[in-house]
Amino acid sequence: MTPAGSLLSADSLYKTYGQTPALDGASFSIHPGEVVAVMGPSGSGKSTLLHCLAGIVTPDRGTITYAGRELSAMSDAERSSLRRTEFGFVFQFGQLVPELTCVENVALPLRLAGTKRKEAERTARHWLERLEVDTVGAKRPGEVSGGQGQRVAVARALAASPKVIFADEPTGALDSLNGERVMELLTEAARATHVAVVLVTHEARVAAYSDRDVTVRDGRTRDLEHAA
Amino acid sequence: MSIGHTLLGLLESGPRHGYDLKRAFDEKFGHDRPLHYGQVYSTMSRLLKNGLVEVDGVESGGGPERKRYAITEAGITDVGAWLAQPEKPEPYLQSTLYTKIVLALLTGRSAEALLDTQRTEHLRLMRILTDRKRKGDLADQLICDHALFHLEADLRWLELTAARLDRLAAEVGA
Repeated sequence: MTPAGSLLSADSLYKTYGQTPALDGASFSIHPGEVVAVMGPSGSGKSTLLHCLAGIVTPDRGTITYAGRELSAMSDAERSSLRRTEFGFVFQFGQLVPELTCVENVALPLRLAGTKRKEAERTARHWLERLEVDTVGAKRPGEVSGGQGQRVAVARALAASPKVIFADEPTGALDSLNGERVMELLTEAARATHVAVVLVTHEARVAAYSDRDVTVRDGRTRDLEHAA
Repeated sequence: MSIGHTLLGLLESGPRHGYDLKRAFDEKFGHDRPLHYGQVYSTMSRLLKNGLVEVDGVESGGGPERKRYAITEAGITDVGAWLAQPEKPEPYLQSTLYTKIVLALLTGRSAEALLDTQRTEHLRLMRILTDRKRKGDLADQLICDHALFHLEADLRWLELTAARLDRLAAEVGA
């Protein structure tokens, strides 16, 4: 069943790696412009849930619906196109292409979608400015700090105007001050542009930037606010 | 928080009337709980009795007399000693929550549900503080951060306790 008005939803997902169940009947839903934190201890299945929702991993059972379409009914090429055009990703680290400058990194998803270089880089610079890292545009990822690199990654996730951003421990490698600024900028930009954010974190202070939270424990989800 | 020491500290920059003291206190420290006038005047008369402040002047207009207070040398020493003294690290909520959890286990209620409900309440407050922090000035940010770090510590304890519920149930004989 798809919750009314949801952009992306999952119902009764099961996924096993070898003998180990990673998801054991997990469900989830998110509305446009909503920031939902997925919390839970290490190994609870929260990253697997994110990978399933993003169409990176196929669940053994259960349905995932994006904008009214079932992910399992799509071809690999369609899912891949969806990830490129509708989804943005922010991970803990190692996500920027080291050979490209920061502007080129942010422009990359637009270039892959067919936007001309000049226009793509103009949009990239706009997002770098919005994320307060316009001064590092010409530098390569290896030449910027961890906090700046993460803001560049957020800019890249937002640059292609996605509908959903998947952020897996986006502040995990940052100190408190940088982590908070990244969360502020990410959530402000997402709310202003009506982008939904699936935020996987085990840090409560990061989750506090969300509108609501879903807890994953032993592969099962609990959504107390919705259950109440 | 020691209201007496805080008011004394505010007087170090110069003499003030009770009303000014209340206003300065509320502006800097009383975001959630502004002082009552009664608190200010009862605190000032205690400080006066203990020789930590003195009356610097009295204005008598049409209304009641308005005393202006100044800090004494003894008052300055007292503020210094208070600032130098570390606060006792309080075991905030744990004792109450621990009691509730053990009672839930002993009475066959769901301790896990209790922990989840508490978790949701903690996160709800953390969201409010995070929002206030985002909209506020640096003072708001620092005050909210302090509360947020404490709430986070509580939450980590809740998570750890949730992971140890089976062992706890066995140990308390539930």
